[in-house]
Amino acid sequence: MSTPALEVRELTYSYPDGRRALYGADFHIHPGERVALLGANGAGKTTLVLHLNGILRPSAGTVRVAGLEVNDDNLREIRRRVGLVFQDPDDQLFMPTVRRDVAFGPANFGVQGEDLDRRVREALDAVGMGDAIDRAPHHLSLGERRRVAVATVLAMEPEILVLDEPSSNLDPAGRRELARMLDTLDITTLLVTHDLSYARALCRRVMIMNRGTIVADGPTEEVLADHRLLTENRL
Amino acid sequence: MSGFHTHALYRHEHSVLHDLPSQVKIVALVLFVGAVVATPRETFWAFGVDGALLIGAMLLARIPLGFVARRLVFEIPFVLFAVLMPFIGTGERTPVLGVLLSVAGLWGAWTILVKGTLGLGASVLMAATTEVPDILEGLERLRLPKLITAIAGFMVRYIDVITGELRRMRVAMTARGYDPSWIGQAGPIATSAGSLFVRSYERGERVHRAMLSRGYTGAMPVFERATTSKRQWIVGMGVPAFAWLSTIVAWVIR
Repeated sequence: MSTPALEVRELTYSYPDGRRALYGADFHIHPGERVALLGANGAGKTTLVLHLNGILRPSAGTVRVAGLEVNDDNLREIRRRVGLVFQDPDDQLFMPTVRRDVAFGPANFGVQGEDLDRRVREALDAVGMGDAIDRAPHHLSLGERRRVAVATVLAMEPEILVLDEPSSNLDPAGRRELARMLDTLDITTLLVTHDLSYARALCRRVMIMNRGTIVADGPTEEVLADHRLLTENRL
Repeated sequence: MSGFHTHALYRHEHSVLHDLPSQVKIVALVLFVGAVVATPRETFWAFGVDGALLIGAMLLARIPLGFVARRLVFEIPFVLFAVLMPFIGTGERTPVLGVLLSVAGLWGAWTILVKGTLGLGASVLMAATTEVPDILEGLERLRLPKLITAIAGFMVRYIDVITGELRRMRVAMTARGYDPSWIGQAGPIATSAGSLFVRSYERGERVHRAMLSRGYTGAMPVFERATTSKRQWIVGMGVPAFAWLSTIVAWVIR
């Protein structure tokens, strides 16, 4: 077996107020896989996502990205390896122009000059937003901002792309366009969502999360055909 | 740079002024305003030279004079104050159209009016030919501390987001029978200001997280500094150079 792109073992996390959000979450994703993580609101999905690049630290358990454990010594390399796209593109896009925003990540990792320009261009082309390079993020539509948000992490050339609720608030056309774009990306992806049709359209494997742990993991067709399982997990 | 969806002060055109690097325009603006401020108030001709230079620059930038004039409306509150000065000023008085007016007040009003209009006109011209992100980049190239340009950048980026939130809160308040009357407005406005602060604070935390996720370690990344040619500096310094020349001559011969 190859080294998993992402390996989460017995991950447990309690918030400072004592509320337990993750309770022994356990799974791994292999290079090239595109996996959906499904779960109702409050299942612990976003808390899990924040562990993947060390913004939150586990109370117990480990997270490894391409074999490298998430800890203080590796934080910088981990953040380069994990491309996290947050739910609200207004949080993700904070620079005055799209060009600067996409350049922010690679520039932080020391990429400069023509190399930086090339990365910015390639990332924007990959999401079909090459023409927006000199526009201001707040002048783009929500769907366009989502795509630029994906470009901002693609420019870091990460090992794994993690998308938190990428389809939320998009109109049907916007959702289809985003799905088509994501389908063209050749990168290991974890798609965190409660949008079942999105999981069905994009992923061959799905995991279901409930009360801070993974309760189901298998081929998309099988898992999504189990209506009792879905109902029990508020999906 | 792109011409669609920009700020209200910007006017998309192709001209020498639009193409000048923003740092050149910023320096030119500061120098021009400095020359106007330093001009002695009694040398009317010198202000005429400054005005002619400004109008020449507008023509060069293909900015219609009406476009600038409409944006000068911003000046009105200050002008109103200037208009009052000859009436409330003290000291020696002189009859103007049969009304005794303060001489010091008249000079004060004239100074505010002419220097304010020239300075604001130059600023409007700068804004009309330069997009906001370019202004920020220009300030960065002029070695303004990155912390300051970053804060200004965040303000530009988030002002629309925050006013959008405020608008939605007001709609939600109106939908539940809130009637913005003069006295009754105070309470809910104060409350919404409070929750807007909390929301913005929370957004700040989320933005910080997004920054950390992309390798932010406390310092904004350094981007390439595009070089400015000597020719661009010479072109840009034309207007302020003539303005300073007229100021100096005005001081010598007054």
